[in-house]
Amino acid sequence: MDQFRTLVVDDEEDFLVTLVNRLKKRDIDAAGVKSGEEALDLVKKKLYDVIIMDIKMPGGMDGIEALREIKKIQPLVEVILLTGHGSVESSIEGMKLGAFDYLMKPIKLEELIPKMAEAFEKKNSHEQKIRTARIKELMRSPLRVLNEP
Amino acid sequence: MTDSRYKKLQRIYVVVILLVSFTPLFLLGGIMYYQVSKTYRTKIEEQIRYRVISQADTIDLFLKERTAILAAIADTVSFNQIINEKTLLKTFELINLRAGAFVDLGVIDQTGQHRAYVGPYDLKGLNYYNQPWFGEVMAKGLYVSDVFTGFRAFPHFIIAIRRQEDKNSWILRATIDPDIFAAIVRSAQIGKTGDAFLVNKEGLFQTTPRFSGGILGKSDIDPTAYGGLTTINEEINSKGEKRLTAGRWLKNKTWLLIVSQDVSEEMGSLLKTRNQEIAIILMGSILIILTTVITTRYTVSKLKNADARMNELNAQLLQSDKLAALGKMAAGVAHEINNPLAVILQKTGWMEDLLEDEAFQKSKEIEEYRVSLKKIEEHVERARKVVHNMLGFARKMEPRLEDVDVNQTLKQTISLLENYARLNNIELRAMLSADIPIIASDQSQLQQVFLNIISNAIDAIGRDGLVEVKSAVNHSTIDVTISDNGPGIPEEQQKSIFDPFFTTKQTGKGTGLGLWITYNIIEKLGGSISFHSETGKGTTFTVKIPKVPPTEK
Repeated sequence: MDQFRTLVVDDEEDFLVTLVNRLKKRDIDAAGVKSGEEALDLVKKKLYDVIIMDIKMPGGMDGIEALREIKKIQPLVEVILLTGHGSVESSIEGMKLGAFDYLMKPIKLEELIPKMAEAFEKKNSHEQKIRTARIKELMRSPLRVLNEP
Repeated sequence: MTDSRYKKLQRIYVVVILLVSFTPLFLLGGIMYYQVSKTYRTKIEEQIRYRVISQADTIDLFLKERTAILAAIADTVSFNQIINEKTLLKTFELINLRAGAFVDLGVIDQTGQHRAYVGPYDLKGLNYYNQPWFGEVMAKGLYVSDVFTGFRAFPHFIIAIRRQEDKNSWILRATIDPDIFAAIVRSAQIGKTGDAFLVNKEGLFQTTPRFSGGILGKSDIDPTAYGGLTTINEEINSKGEKRLTAGRWLKNKTWLLIVSQDVSEEMGSLLKTRNQEIAIILMGSILIILTTVITTRYTVSKLKNADARMNELNAQLLQSDKLAALGKMAAGVAHEINNPLAVILQKTGWMEDLLEDEAFQKSKEIEEYRVSLKKIEEHVERARKVVHNMLGFARKMEPRLEDVDVNQTLKQTISLLENYARLNNIELRAMLSADIPIIASDQSQLQQVFLNIISNAIDAIGRDGLVEVKSAVNHSTIDVTISDNGPGIPEEQQKSIFDPFFTTKQTGKGTGLGLWITYNIIEKLGGSISFHSETGKGTTFTVKIPKVPPTEK
């Protein structure tokens, strides 16, 4: 498995710390923050591959709001919503905003890591496609430049 | 409402209806009877009045006629002529031929000596000077006597006329046939109780009455009670019978004609009418009472049923309200449980991770730790399932309408459970109606419903038994019944079986959410679920699914 950069956002400190530790123990580059605002600050400074996001967080910004803002900064990052709240509305909203998946707590690490890997794969292939498209663009543009009178 | 209150209501209805019905009925009956009897009474009085007047006229006429004939004879013949026996006999025969009713005819001179006589008695030569009537006739010239016995010792009455011839007077005297006279008087009597007779001023019978008394006997009539014209008296005899007595003085003012009759006899037809009326009222009353009792009983029983139905509906409403509230609460609780469960799971996972470290590998009890952590994870999983069921259910609450073949859904469900049933030696028997139409419903939710009920049935039996699944089409629903021959649901548990977390299974074997979810799904689909259970015989669940045509989804 490729090394991928992960951010976990959850207001439940016990959960956050433990999950981050366990991911690190499995050699995954993981960081944790306790709120949407903190996550947004980090996203502005550093690129991530996968973000695991709780939905219901006390304070200003909930998971859905944070997702919307993060996608504005890093459109390619894959966000997995992980929540103790299952509601149709929040899941639909999340998927509309481009979340990778919507998972219910509690979840075993053995189930979570494959999901993260899938998300990473998707992000990679997405990036690959964009890169290919750009190369094609670059390859075409000199010709176009040349052809132009 | 208790039974006694329904009984009381029924009694009040009956009493009110009967009062309202009977009061006018009896009032009308009474007034009608009173009016009719008054009319009858007037009619009877008129009848008897008419009879006594006309009969008095007849008698007056009879007497006047006889008096006139005798007067005419007395005025036209001389004393010498009339004392000739032959002439007297001829005259007697002539007047009997013309008028009749004369018994004898005699001539008396002014000394009272009976000078000539024609008749059945031997009266010739008797002297009447001392007879009371002799003085009267000598003084008045005309005299109609009361009835008396006289020389012949037999009750009779006479008409006597005095003739003044020169200085001498003589008297023509005739006896009226008492039988003929009595017959004329009696012709006024009618019916079985009617009577007609004459009395004189002293109240002595002048003709033989029909009942009680003989001629010249003292009657119980008080002549002073009868006035100038016609008087009608009513008297009640010792037997309590009413008797009407009409009296009218004849023109000679000495005889009073009495016509009497029992009221009851004339009132006979009225009594018949009264009896008919009573019979009709009685029959009507019986009909009214019967109708009132029957309709009231019917109405009250309808009311009782309606009340019972309403109570049942209220109970159902209460049940669904309760379940909805419990559902909301349970879903809220589930959310709050998930987060700590997530922490527990991560912490146990972390501990497992740490156990892999070298330091811990040397621990003697490492296996114990591992087993314990696995157990914790298992139980987190168990809790997670409970919560998941509830949240999963909550997510699925909005039904998705699609074309559903109920029979097909049942068959699929049965095939899912067939192995499980066979393992426990339980037969799953499907008796599906061929007429079940395709409906608009939610297939996966229906499957969940059938799965819950059938697997409950299998679990209820335990081992060796039969679960019957039937489908049928009703007017507006498709009815699926699932019956088992298990031990049945104890009565005290019956009201809780749809409650969330209610289970009779061993701890850890059931979540107690199955029937709660089933109930809610069926409610959302617009159907209903009910059950009937008998201890020792088994339980039957009936699911009614609305028959929505696929075009209306």
